[in-house]
Amino acid sequence: MEYRINAPFDAETIAKLKSGDMVYITGTIYTARDAAHKRMNDALDNGETLPVDVEGNVIYYMGPSPAREGRPIGSAGPTTASRMDKYAPRLLDLGLKGMIGKGKRSKDVIDAIVRNKSVYLAAIGGAGALLSKSIIESEVVAYDDLGTEAIRRLKVENFPAIVVIDSRGNNLYETAINEYNTEK
Amino acid sequence: MKVINTSDITEKVRDLCIEANHRLSPDMKEALKRAGEEEKSPLGKQIFSQLEENLKIADEDTIPICQDTGMAVFFVKVGQDVHVEGGSLTDAINEGVRRGYTEGFLRKSVVKDPLIRENTKDNTPAVIHYDIVPGENIEITIAPKGFGSENMSRVFMLKPADGESGVKDAIVQAVKDAGPNACPPMVVGVGIGGTFEKCALMAKEALTREVGRHSDIEYVAKMEEEVLDRINRTGIGPGGLGGTVTALAVNINTYATHIAGLPVAVNICCHVNRHRTVVL
Repeated sequence: MEYRINAPFDAETIAKLKSGDMVYITGTIYTARDAAHKRMNDALDNGETLPVDVEGNVIYYMGPSPAREGRPIGSAGPTTASRMDKYAPRLLDLGLKGMIGKGKRSKDVIDAIVRNKSVYLAAIGGAGALLSKSIIESEVVAYDDLGTEAIRRLKVENFPAIVVIDSRGNNLYETAINEYNTEK
Repeated sequence: MKVINTSDITEKVRDLCIEANHRLSPDMKEALKRAGEEEKSPLGKQIFSQLEENLKIADEDTIPICQDTGMAVFFVKVGQDVHVEGGSLTDAINEGVRRGYTEGFLRKSVVKDPLIRENTKDNTPAVIHYDIVPGENIEITIAPKGFGSENMSRVFMLKPADGESGVKDAIVQAVKDAGPNACPPMVVGVGIGGTFEKCALMAKEALTREVGRHSDIEYVAKMEEEVLDRINRTGIGPGGLGGTVTALAVNINTYATHIAGLPVAVNICCHVNRHRTVVL
């Protein structure tokens, strides 16, 4: 199926999304990758509040290239999600409702997705110039000193992504590969 | 003896960094176009058309093809009859990287220390591999390397008894383990033989070989074809979302090795396989 959906995602949207669906996302999402995740995790360890409330929100694993004059952002494609696997279950348990990245997730993350009725989507890796066209505003909201790894609030319009792991734990990376596997 | 000034080298390196990150070489563009036509999965076909559009936008609007503009890797062939004037050749290349990545709005993805992890903010230092060759030219090839695919690369120290079939299995295993993480359709660089570090270097350099050109060694060229066919039967497909095109090419370089060993390195590159060469 193909859907136009709004971010943050509501429960009804998440419930209808199935592994393999194509979506176009409009609304507000946040970026965070390795260094920002580490810092958020350290903050939680120290009993501090997070600079961005993850509850109900969507995180895009992405660190952009610098914006040229007059543009909101530079090249802006997804980074490999598995590097955030160590931190993701904790954020999901705090209410994170969606993650956008690319590549496999660990069993712990998939379990946390199902437990919290969340969703993992993939954007096309290496299509950063194309994806930047769906980002209409970008603002650093935390950890500015991390440069490309700072947390940004993005306004997106018809941002294309594919549902890989849905809220029931179906995983497109496993099912789709089997369909085209012709090894002896 | 030819004299080359370091300021010329810096200027050329700056331009190479910017060019390589915005425009793929013609062989890569052609390979992607052909693969999009061959792909059987409808979603896979859609991804290929997105990749084609991505290249067009990158070129026309000067936005890097991928936000991961890589760690700047260089292969530099220095003619033994060249005299470099104006300072250190390595400093000149790094200055070119600094200027290219800063003035070209490229991402700074390098941390100074692997464990302390503080960003150097200008993408230096580069990784530079020198080779001394006859002649009076300096040939500089840049291959900016993204780490989504770099992280999925492997070295296997096989036994001589593992032979050709063991080597093929190792390459296919590395690709399967990489799966969607390495941004397929990928290009697979392979080094067979030499020592631990030599095979890794050959695998990296193999990625700079034109896609579609096979090894000059007949049996190696045949292996390249066979392994590519096996990789494309895995079903991983574009974006790892299922399909009949997982890799665009397998490029294998070989070298003499020890009687006791069979080192194999697999350096995986995503579909943004960037490489540019300039001769001074």
